[in-house]
Amino acid sequence: MFQYEAPEGARLIQVWINGKEWTVPEGLTLIQAMWYTGHEVIHGIGCLGGVCGACAAVYRMPGNFRLFNALACQTLVKEGMAFSLIASYPTQRAHYDIETLPDPKEGLFELYPESATCRNCNACTEVCPQGIDVRTSVWQAAFGDFKGVAESTMSCVMCGLCVSRCIAEMAPHEIALYARRAYGSRELPFPENLRHRIDAVHSGSFDRDLERLSHLSLEELKQECGVK
Amino acid sequence: MTPSTPYDHLPEFDPTEPVKIDPLDRKNLLDRYYPDYRTDHKSTLMVGPNAGDIVPDEIAEILQSRSLLGKGRSNEIPAQPDIEVDLLIIGGGGAGMTAAIFAQESGARVLLATKLRVGDSNTVMAEGGIQVALGEDDSPVQHFKDAYRGGHFTGDPELLSVLVKEGPDIIGWLIRKGVLFDRDPTGNLSLRKGGGTTRHRLISAKDYTGLEIIRVLKEDLLNSGVTIWEFSPAVELLQGPEGSCAGAILRDVDNGSLKWVKAKSVLLATGGTGRLHIGSFATSNHFGATGDGLVMSYRLGARLVNMESFQYHPTGVIYPSEMAGMLITEAVRGAGARMFNAHGKRFVPELETRDVVAAAIIRECEEGRGVRTPSGHSGVYLDLTSIDRDMGEGTVARRFPNIVKLMGKHQVDCTVQPILVYPTLHYQNGGVSVDVSGHTSIPGLYVAGEVSGGVHGKNRLMGNSLLEVFVYGRRVGLIASQESSARKPFSWHEVSLGHVSRFEADLEKEFPGTPLSEAPVLFPDYRKHPDNTMA
Ligand SMILES: Cc1cc2nc3c(=O)[nH]c(=O)nc-3n(C[C@H](O)[C@H](O)[C@H](O)COP(=O)(O)OP(=O)(O)OC[C@H]3O[C@@H](n4cnc5c(N)ncnc54)[C@H](O)[C@@H]3O)c2cc1C
Ligand code: SF4
Ligand code: SF4
Ligand code: FES
Repeated sequence: MFQYEAPEGARLIQVWINGKEWTVPEGLTLIQAMWYTGHEVIHGIGCLGGVCGACAAVYRMPGNFRLFNALACQTLVKEGMAFSLIASYPTQRAHYDIETLPDPKEGLFELYPESATCRNCNACTEVCPQGIDVRTSVWQAAFGDFKGVAESTMSCVMCGLCVSRCIAEMAPHEIALYARRAYGSRELPFPENLRHRIDAVHSGSFDRDLERLSHLSLEELKQECGVK
Repeated sequence: MTPSTPYDHLPEFDPTEPVKIDPLDRKNLLDRYYPDYRTDHKSTLMVGPNAGDIVPDEIAEILQSRSLLGKGRSNEIPAQPDIEVDLLIIGGGGAGMTAAIFAQESGARVLLATKLRVGDSNTVMAEGGIQVALGEDDSPVQHFKDAYRGGHFTGDPELLSVLVKEGPDIIGWLIRKGVLFDRDPTGNLSLRKGGGTTRHRLISAKDYTGLEIIRVLKEDLLNSGVTIWEFSPAVELLQGPEGSCAGAILRDVDNGSLKWVKAKSVLLATGGTGRLHIGSFATSNHFGATGDGLVMSYRLGARLVNMESFQYHPTGVIYPSEMAGMLITEAVRGAGARMFNAHGKRFVPELETRDVVAAAIIRECEEGRGVRTPSGHSGVYLDLTSIDRDMGEGTVARRFPNIVKLMGKHQVDCTVQPILVYPTLHYQNGGVSVDVSGHTSIPGLYVAGEVSGGVHGKNRLMGNSLLEVFVYGRRVGLIASQESSARKPFSWHEVSLGHVSRFEADLEKEFPGTPLSEAPVLFPDYRKHPDNTMA
């Protein structure tokens, strides 16, 4: 059976998982170190590929007062590291239908009134494992620059780490999601090439050809589709 | 001591063009080295609707397996179900989420049960994009032809026809929900070229296509009123009158309790099988991709198709070992990346089809021309530096920022160093046999997404599976909810696990006294056990 392996001859190091000390080889991710020590990980794991945001973690390093954050599936253990998963961070989420909101710009302040209360501490930006300038995105949203939000937050994995730090009790990633959706659904014009094609499909332009293909024998179909 | 790495002694890379492959060599190469065509690690199924089919050992093991519920379960059926719904959807990836939103809108009472959180799936990981025929020179008909040819003429024409025809409409739905696909300067959707297609037809959201879609759909799903049970994988389907499906048993992973669901329609959307590590390959798939839907439906008598056919993506990371299986997109070879064996020689035209490139890499490694990794595997070099040399300094960083970022986190600077790759188990081509309405051979049981089989035949082209997930998610979600209201009422007393007992009796006959695995697998186990050392 396939197994994730540490390199042969890897150095053994001490780490603290949920406050308990363990010895693990260097070269494992935080999640792999948990497996290595026999932990079953179900909450706090999703894609294992750095995109789903299920595996948010906090850690400290010896002799350093700072609290670090990371995605546990993408971060390697280091000597002396003490870490815990934050599998779920409670978050407030607004209820809306993006297609029928009367005024998406105003809607932001009705749905997320706290979005105007940023105190500029920048903790959200510092914590973001994706390197997003979260603080700027919050201001862009508040000033109605939804296009700016869309550009600056595209790589957000919705891990919620920014929420854990915000002194204004915001959920910056939810605000960003709202702004991106409003931009895509309500500000950007519907793409012409798509509209054109949808109309053509609805008016039956391709029905005859598709119908014809479906009545061909397998040999005929192969002939017809075989040529590039 | 720092362990030695494959970067300690890089060979000199010889840029000489690799030799072209003629059709006969191609066939020989595939037959000898592509896992699907090889005869090792294969078993013939002895029990169930596909008895006689030859499939990989790992697939045979989960299909011919015992129930997780253990013995003596038949008297355990509770007096009442825990919940009764019109439509039970099993699996919260792209297909399940789409089905749930549409079914709920159509008025059905819907329960969506999923293994991890909603959206933790293969769908969220999709990078490349979705095929939809929008170009002036393109049409759904052309899309059909490319997909049919790409599937080596083994796809189901009817399923394909629906896929290409309903494609544009469902993309429109995603856009109205606020999904931000890349646009060209005129505001049209940008169309890129994907492997095996004759037209520019791939739409994407940078290299975050799946993530962007899941973020949006998840928010609407959570707001939709659909009942959602997370961390509640299905472990068995329930049988109703006349061999129909009547619901499922879910297991709450936090307290181990079983939840009995009575449903007029059941839609399986449990996705793929990468985490079974067929042939011991690493995988690009999410943690929950263990083929559970195949196991449960097979026990109930559903027929499967093309279960011998899988897609091994040629360029998965093999070193550093903690990244094993992670995908390096095909686009890097499109941009001019080259591959070298341990002797620094190119060994296959880099723009050959996925299966040929994968087979060639396996050949190099099996014949001793692979690069050994410290954990004892082999791979070949995928060198991106030629991209910068050909197209100008900084091209790699600009076009593939995500790869540069992820590799960088693991101390590989792929703008100056090659990446070590080996094929990774990526996609299940086959699955539960369906018609254009998502019907299986079992009344009341519907299937959508990667767990289904037929539409792509024995090979899927990049971008067609995401399209399938949304087209069929909507379609089957609506049909399953409509047909649930037309279904003849049945009582809880008619519900049983008779199919499981019968299946296990057949197993006992065929494999007397043999210890068999239990399935569905639910979660792969990478923990270090006394008999399973990791270091
Ligand atoms: C890394 C990667 C990149 C890809 N890139 C592309 C691309 O660019 N274009 C493209 O078209 N395709 C791509 N694909 C393929 C495509 O993403 C998938 O085929 C598709 O998303 C499958 O969708 P699905 O809804 O059927 O399954 P999934 O999205 O995998 O969802 C299945 C869900 O069911 C859950 N589940 C499993 N078992 C159970 C159970 N027993 N009970 C309850 N729930 C269960 C799973 O946890 C998961 O949430 C890619 C795949 C991967 C892995
Ligand atoms: S913006 Fe917030 S939720 Fe998004 S990735 Fe950064 S920390 Fe995580
Ligand atoms: S953490 Fe909150 S208050 Fe601080 S900068 Fe970010 S959004 Fe503003
Ligand atoms: S498990 Fe998905 S980001 Fe780490």
